[in-house]
Amino acid sequence: MHWNSLFEFLNMGGYALYVWGSFGATALVLSMECWWVKRANAQAQSELEAAQLSLELQA
Amino acid sequence: LIFMNLYHYASPARFYPLAARLAPWFAVLGVLLGLAGLYLGLLVAPTDAQQGEGYRIIFVHVPASWMSMVIYCAMAFWSAIGLGFGVRLAHWLTAALAPTGAIFAALSLITGALWGKPMWGAWWVWDARLTSELILFFLYLGFIAIRAANDDQRRADRSGAVIALVGVVNVPIIYFSVKWWNTLHQGASVSLSKSPSMAATMLWAMLLMALAFWMYSIAIALWRVRGYILRFEGEAQWLHEASLDSKPKQHAPLDTHFIEDLDESKAAQTPSPALGNETKK
Repeated sequence: MHWNSLFEFLNMGGYALYVWGSFGATALVLSMECWWVKRANAQAQSELEAAQLSLELQA
Repeated sequence: LIFMNLYHYASPARFYPLAARLAPWFAVLGVLLGLAGLYLGLLVAPTDAQQGEGYRIIFVHVPASWMSMVIYCAMAFWSAIGLGFGVRLAHWLTAALAPTGAIFAALSLITGALWGKPMWGAWWVWDARLTSELILFFLYLGFIAIRAANDDQRRADRSGAVIALVGVVNVPIIYFSVKWWNTLHQGASVSLSKSPSMAATMLWAMLLMALAFWMYSIAIALWRVRGYILRFEGEAQWLHEASLDSKPKQHAPLDTHFIEDLDESKAAQTPSPALGNETKK
């Protein structure tokens, strides 16, 4: 382990804003992308089911 | 034999369940590699002699930049397959990769700015490396925009493929920019011709993070392309069925094949920590 205390770890030798900003931005953007794909796929699925239902009603 | 297999899975109906089976594995691998990379990069790797702890941005900046270039090359590859062999699925894979590539290009620029500020004293400089990466980001946006602007699916596929193939010349420009021009950006961290200029733990952390991003990209593109298949192929399927309603159903086995695959893949899905259960409502 490289660090002696939690504070030292969080402080990142004074670069906390830049280091945690980079890791935080990456984590945020990638999890947003997962949520976004999940929502888009659910929408595509429900549109497909709606189309299927209207076909069944027509038949 | 491999070509026959590839041809087999070029059918969207067959690829749809395959993507569902593969994506969770890539997602799990991505999370594990990412945790290992974060552990090495943030907790084990030593302080850099010149940049102190600030250098740790490298563990997201370099992998994100690599991915932004790799994904664009993959898009050019699938576009060539799509145009050359008329495989629609290849165009959809290209389209499914684009948002992820744009995200990694944006992350490369954001984390680069966060690194540039403390080390160079500037968030941004009009340097060859930074500028060519910004152009890559705009190429991704251009690709996404031109697909969105074309209502006709096949025209969208073709015009997107042209952007992907023409734009790929920018990738070697980004890569070699630090050699060709005198730039503020530092040279290659890892090169094939000489031994790496960094400590072994640093190198391992960076490679693990790069592999993690690679696995993440494959997983998310596979999930995204499933949505595209539903949207592009599903619609055609129902239209086709609708037109068959008045005729004898001689094509029925072909039609239901796709639907069976959908149900099968739903049952086969396993939840993954990175992606959740996509089709659950």
